[in-house]
Amino acid sequence: MSVRRLAQVQPDSFAFSAETRSLADWWIAKYPEGRQASAVIPILWLVQKQEGWVSEPAIRTIAALLGMPVIRVFEVATFYTMFQLEPVGTKALIQVCGTTPCMLRGAGELMDVCKKKIGDKDHLSADGNFTWQEVECLGACVNAPMAQINDYYYEDLTAETMTQIIDDFAAGKAPKPGSYAGRHTSEPAGGAKTLGDPALYDGSLGEPIKSLPNTPAPEKAQEGAAS
Amino acid sequence: MVGILEDKDRIFLNLYGFQDWSLEAAKKRGAWNATPDMIALGRDWITAQIKNSGLRGRGGAGFGTGLKWTFMPKEVKEGKPHYLVVNADESEPGTCKDREIMRHDPHLLIEGCLLASFAMQAHTCFVYIRGEYVREREVLEAAVKEAYAAKLIGKDNIHGWDFDLVVHHGAGAYICGEETALLESLEGKKGQPRLKPPFPAGAGVYGCPTTVNNVESIAVVGTILRRGADWFAGFGRPNNTGTKLMCISGHVNTPCNVEEAMSIPLKQLLEEHCGGVRGGWGNLKAIIPGGSSVPMIPAEQCETALMDFDSLRELRSGLGTAAVIVMDQSTDLVRAIARIAYFYKHESCGQCTPCREGTGWMWRVMERMARGDADPKEIDMLLEVTTQVEGHTICALGDAAAWPIQGLFRHFRPEVEARIASYRSGRPHVQGATLVAAE
Repeated sequence: MSVRRLAQVQPDSFAFSAETRSLADWWIAKYPEGRQASAVIPILWLVQKQEGWVSEPAIRTIAALLGMPVIRVFEVATFYTMFQLEPVGTKALIQVCGTTPCMLRGAGELMDVCKKKIGDKDHLSADGNFTWQEVECLGACVNAPMAQINDYYYEDLTAETMTQIIDDFAAGKAPKPGSYAGRHTSEPAGGAKTLGDPALYDGSLGEPIKSLPNTPAPEKAQEGAAS
Repeated sequence: MVGILEDKDRIFLNLYGFQDWSLEAAKKRGAWNATPDMIALGRDWITAQIKNSGLRGRGGAGFGTGLKWTFMPKEVKEGKPHYLVVNADESEPGTCKDREIMRHDPHLLIEGCLLASFAMQAHTCFVYIRGEYVREREVLEAAVKEAYAAKLIGKDNIHGWDFDLVVHHGAGAYICGEETALLESLEGKKGQPRLKPPFPAGAGVYGCPTTVNNVESIAVVGTILRRGADWFAGFGRPNNTGTKLMCISGHVNTPCNVEEAMSIPLKQLLEEHCGGVRGGWGNLKAIIPGGSSVPMIPAEQCETALMDFDSLRELRSGLGTAAVIVMDQSTDLVRAIARIAYFYKHESCGQCTPCREGTGWMWRVMERMARGDADPKEIDMLLEVTTQVEGHTICALGDAAAWPIQGLFRHFRPEVEARIASYRSGRPHVQGATLVAAE
């Protein structure tokens, strides 16, 4: 397991923005009465979106909102690795997947680029603009190597494209997520070899089905419906 | 034609997202077609069809989906509503199939959620999606909104079964893919697995009867009912039926996701869909056929292996999630497995001592073995430790951490021994190795 602690330096206070607060209420309303603690992860994430990271005052505020003991929210914030417990780069938080499928296809080279351009991993860059981390499998293995930058996935990367993406973020641009090898999504490079049959998309599959397969005799069907 | 499965028999028609995911386009591809008729045929009919189709859970364990549904109580007790929870916490290294369903074919999933919930008398379904899948969650939320607006789900919908679908998300914990850890997390706690029994069908989320199914298992339900259990059961070998999304990553020329018939020969899968192994079939070293948790199989076994539960079990590996990680001759297998060992060390929830301590211990030893900085005797000690972790923990993460290491030594022990010998030959006095291991 990974040991995670709150940052040494903490702000004095935390307040929900109006937007975060209304989204938090939307989340709380999703769960049954009295089960509002279910919203703790989504709300911690919203707070992280607002502040960039999760501070101790924020944890206390969320605990008060959800009627949870502070220690329970503290536990959740330190258990789940998506929660940043100290400030991260304001322009980009770069999370390079380092697990074996990405490693096999060159994740190490991406991390070398990050190290060269940003500095040590898990450290805020000197200008405060960037943080890069090595994270565990992000679930985009057929588009390896890849990185999650802020919210979205950047896939099929090379040392060159990674360099370009970091430069673009530094210049205040918003590079497009997705494949950087010209693929649409997860089809084989060079074009999909399947799903080319036009009959799949001409609407014929949406036409009414007269009778479903394995339908029992009519009188039995009525019994089934009544059960 | 490539592979075995014909286009007309595919379920996920928008796997690559070349088409629109929205409701109108999904309906043209057959989603939501005849769903009211299925509901009208009753829950027993739906469950029987899924049982007859031979569908086995697509999340890795391969338990019969229809059978799992029958474990739910027959009567709904006052104050104990039934729940369906869809496990979309896809994080097994190598696996990236549920992601495509959620961002490209979300309506198949929503339809399946309704049908499965109806079959188990649940009025609410939670989809627990991993936190990193932000884009996928945005699409799924939008699709759910469309379904509500079209009265396909929600109160007083056209299907006559009140049904709410709640999209929930996690925050980066592999362990939440374990069903009881997922339920804990859904309740707003740390994702630490629960002791079983009670099983979720007896006491799941909020203490109520719950069934947890994988995204793919649920998303295929509508199409199986539309086309017939026997149609689905017609693919693959007995006990291994159906079609399956397979994710092929690593050293192939064109890594990709593809829906194929179960029991397709592994070699055919790689050659026809993925442009073959980088540098040719002869350059293949080993394959992890079902996500990082299953033991690897060496190249010679890949010649005859079929992509199904039974064939891969005979090879002492497993189908898992059908996430094929291909490694060619250039691969440092010891380092590749050491990285997987690090993954398990990182993702252990810390609840059971053998796993919390064992995963870290195994990782540190694997790191030294990747350098060669070890004593040959330590190989047996390491294997002994894997058996002390395996089977001695609440959940299967301990097993999953042990198996890749066991698989490495089962097939490539001489390679590790040679590395240790070569490291030691340059350093006549290797001392303290065991001390480091036991730190």
